[in-house]
Amino acid sequence: MTESTYKNWRIERDSDAVVWLHLDKAGSATNVLSSDVLEELNAILDPFISEEPRGLIILSGKPNGFIAGADINEFVPLKEPAEALALIRRGQKACDKIAALKCPTVALIHGFCLGGGMELALACRYRIADDDARTRLGLPEIKLGIHPGFGGTVRLPPLVGAPAAMDLMLTGRAIDTRAAKKMGLIDYAVPTRHLKRAAHGVVMNPPPPHRPKGWLALTNNSLVRPLLARTMRAKVAEKAPAAHYPAPYALIDLWQKYADDPARMMQEEAASVARFVLGDTAHNLVRVFFLQERLKSLGKKELIAPRHVHVIGGGVMGGDIAIWCALQGMRVTVQDRKHETLAKVIKRAYALYKKRLKQPRLIQAALDRLIPDDKGVGVSHADVVIEAIFEDITAKQNLYREIEPKLKPGALLATNTSSIPLEVLSEALADPSRLVGLHFFNPVAQMQLVEIVSSPITDPEVARKAAAFTRHIDRLPLPVKSSPGFLVNRVLMPYLLEAVTMEWEGVPATVIDKAALDFGMPMGPIRLADTVGLDICLSVAEILSQRLNVDVPPRLRELVSAGRLGVKSGQGFYTYHGDKPQMPRLKPGYVPPSDVAERLILRFLNEAAACLREGVVADADLLDAGVIFGTGFAPFRGGPINYVHESGVETQRKKLQALEEHYGKRFVADAEWAEL
Amino acid sequence: MANGTENAGKTVYIIDGSRTPQLKAKNKPGPFIAGDLAVAAGRPLLARQPFEPGDFDEVILGCMMPGPDEANIARVAALRLGCGKHVPAWTVQRNCASGMQALDCAAHDIAAGRANLVLAGGVESMSHAPVLLNNDMVGWLGEWSAARNFGAKLAALSKLRPAYFAPIIGLLRGLTDPVVGLSMGQTAENIAHRFNISREQMDAFALESHRRLAKAQDEGLLNEIETLYDTRGNAYEHDDGLRRDGDLAKLAKLKPVFDRHFGNVTAANSAQITDGAALLILASEEAVDKYQLPVLGRIIDSQWAGLEPAQMGLGPAHAMAPIMRRRGLTIGDIDYWEINEAFAAQVLACLAAWKDADYCRSELGLAGALGEIDHARLNIDGGGVSLGHPVGASGARIVLHLLNVLKRTNTRRGMASLCIGGGQGGAMLVESGRE
Repeated sequence: MTESTYKNWRIERDSDAVVWLHLDKAGSATNVLSSDVLEELNAILDPFISEEPRGLIILSGKPNGFIAGADINEFVPLKEPAEALALIRRGQKACDKIAALKCPTVALIHGFCLGGGMELALACRYRIADDDARTRLGLPEIKLGIHPGFGGTVRLPPLVGAPAAMDLMLTGRAIDTRAAKKMGLIDYAVPTRHLKRAAHGVVMNPPPPHRPKGWLALTNNSLVRPLLARTMRAKVAEKAPAAHYPAPYALIDLWQKYADDPARMMQEEAASVARFVLGDTAHNLVRVFFLQERLKSLGKKELIAPRHVHVIGGGVMGGDIAIWCALQGMRVTVQDRKHETLAKVIKRAYALYKKRLKQPRLIQAALDRLIPDDKGVGVSHADVVIEAIFEDITAKQNLYREIEPKLKPGALLATNTSSIPLEVLSEALADPSRLVGLHFFNPVAQMQLVEIVSSPITDPEVARKAAAFTRHIDRLPLPVKSSPGFLVNRVLMPYLLEAVTMEWEGVPATVIDKAALDFGMPMGPIRLADTVGLDICLSVAEILSQRLNVDVPPRLRELVSAGRLGVKSGQGFYTYHGDKPQMPRLKPGYVPPSDVAERLILRFLNEAAACLREGVVADADLLDAGVIFGTGFAPFRGGPINYVHESGVETQRKKLQALEEHYGKRFVADAEWAEL
Repeated sequence: MANGTENAGKTVYIIDGSRTPQLKAKNKPGPFIAGDLAVAAGRPLLARQPFEPGDFDEVILGCMMPGPDEANIARVAALRLGCGKHVPAWTVQRNCASGMQALDCAAHDIAAGRANLVLAGGVESMSHAPVLLNNDMVGWLGEWSAARNFGAKLAALSKLRPAYFAPIIGLLRGLTDPVVGLSMGQTAENIAHRFNISREQMDAFALESHRRLAKAQDEGLLNEIETLYDTRGNAYEHDDGLRRDGDLAKLAKLKPVFDRHFGNVTAANSAQITDGAALLILASEEAVDKYQLPVLGRIIDSQWAGLEPAQMGLGPAHAMAPIMRRRGLTIGDIDYWEINEAFAAQVLACLAAWKDADYCRSELGLAGALGEIDHARLNIDGGGVSLGHPVGASGARIVLHLLNVLKRTNTRRGMASLCIGGGQGGAMLVESGRE
């Protein structure tokens, strides 16, 4: 056995002349395909062209996974198209060299295998993956506003058939080994103990490489492609309008035009990615990626070791928080006096676990961890107690008085309140500094953000532990000050109320919602209000109106008192069948006012500026991060403050002035605009 | 012939217990498999303890018919309850007394100093009892899977007979004595005949069982029940076999089910086929002190007895008598009784046997009749006829309920007993409080 070492790679040649190529990127816990890694790989592969080994096996020396992808840090400084193209061609070249080898080549995968790492694996003739639950494979490039660029678009469709290949690249989702095996993305899913045996065995007795079978084999045919491409475009358009997210459409075009000519397709792939990498969408989505990393870094997992979570209140929020924590592996007691409420929690849990976990054994284990607790006995075992009962000061305070003596020493006590100041609630506690806010958003399973709310008396260590807890349940912590509406509800509310006002003025709801969607919001404000529940909107609006520059439109009160509460009552602004709204047709010849979008967005931006001035969050980046992950604010715009800067502070301010002249003082520019 | 446990060793404390509501089988598998029931009874019980699930020395469950994925169901339940990999667990089977057997085994280990903290009880999901293929079918399937080509498959197919599809209903077989060939109901008919127990007496007993359960439910006396939740959004708070609408005339109209046409034992005066679980925590003095545990009561004595399988319903009379003799107790010394109601006829026969001097002399080896157990002190909150008899669980359920009755009435001594298919009886003497 001979070995030679590069900085990032280790070459091992076994007694059968099989080369084992270990990637262990220097100075990093995670393997990424940075320039130095690729340069070394190119150098290592060159001698193999003239003198082929018996076989080549590529594997990772890191415990956490194979390769996480290209090095995103290298995208940031890119300015010139030629630079970007060179970076991409270098990755393509390395993959091409592997693909050109005549000997069997195997990617031996454990943990994550994503993006460029997946493309490197695709350049190998075989892929063998660890069937461990942590293994995840995928091509998430689309989430960064680009598409695969190391030959992935060329190699994946012929390997697994166009529908699965394009779906994987267009959604950017990561799949587990079972799904990957079924799809044909990997050749074998084996237990950890057999990984190396399997790789060696495949090299020594190479089976025929995987090819799509039956009708799937025809899906890359030039006659079929236009048809499939059309369906794909329609499906993408539902989620991502071409104006804001061009990359998926380019990916479909690429495949439709060039799938018959791999060499040409490779060049076009590189050119296309080079173009997108320098574009605004990718620039801002990369920004969002780094914002997400920053939020993650705000929770230091090691500060807390939560094993048991006790949630008080089995309503929509409490129940869903409990369901989520149990899914994340914690033992959870969920306390509610009503058995029917707890029964609904278990029903919702089962639905979510079935969707997420699929295997009956895992579903059962998760359900076993979620303990309905009608007597509240779990509180004294809990490392984290989350109160999520109805918004009533006295009820909450009485509850705290009752449970405080039962808490384990050092247990985290959190409230999910969205409207009551923490300093008021904590008056009931013998140790008022221990109360912290953990403000989750609905639906908990989809909304990644959790606001970590501190009052002036909250112990900073407690807030840090609360942030750490959110990392244990795979959520993103955003530290915020205990002020009305915190960050997310506060910036949303003026925007929602402006929408309600416009609807009352006679602008059709569909026009208002479309304006917001066109801007890049994930859901229109009228529909969002209906989804949240108009009663809840009203109560939040009333609380905010006491302290902020917000008037509650009479229309909202009118609907609530008529029992039209939104989706849950079947009627709000829209009428619902299930959770699908009936969209009324516009009157022929209706011309919407030209300032719908501006009125919505500028109230949003103005409130964001106010939050910044008041220090609701620590800085502008955290504000952008919180608003993107908490409201879904057009990610490709990089957050409200980033958007203000990119579109021009002066431009926006002038718009605000014009609106103020027309509509009055709710559009008065916040003092913070002078500082932006 | 009989073996008894005078707890000569350390004191055995019962500190707490829970059970599920008992759900009547409705001609199809119920919402819960046995493991689910054990977990549902155990989770709230463990959640209210000051110690962690991993602090148990062992877990013992009684179960007669665990599901196909539940071999050694005690271990399955222990792991699902979060007891962790280091807590050993084992399953015991003594038919209808499996739950009591689990308590007895736990008591033995604590008395002997082998364990300090044990989770024990019983579980049964009778609605999930296996339905089996008959041997002809199993043989044919073997042939079918061995047939490698189309011709062989065709040949195998030609040998398939409709009779092969006749299933074996595991539950019916389980409730039939394999040695004497009688169903449990028929053994009840036997002893009803022997002690001259009339249909009217049986029906009146059944009616009273429902009346008592209804009262107990209305007054909230069954606080050992923990609500069950299924995955479809339903909560099950009560034993659902209760009938509040029965009267003697209605019961009299029912047809006998075991001895067709001329028998006396009907579905209404027999225990219901149900799903349920009951779990208790047993502890030594050391564990009680270490964790500052509240004490519900103590297990004082237990007894197992064998008798003619065709008379199995008299098992309680045989199992309780040696404890009475050994402890020098008279009927008046026992404050409350729980005799599992497998059949109204069978409980009535046990009472009759103790009043019968001949029977006591010849069968129980006593000098004379033991006397009459006051019905007002027996199964005061209903029994198997009204709330069902999930076979593996009942033994644990009656001990738990008996202790709660003693606590509620502030009395001291209680006796719990069951008849056991195959011709046995089991009994357990308990006392309330720490001393």
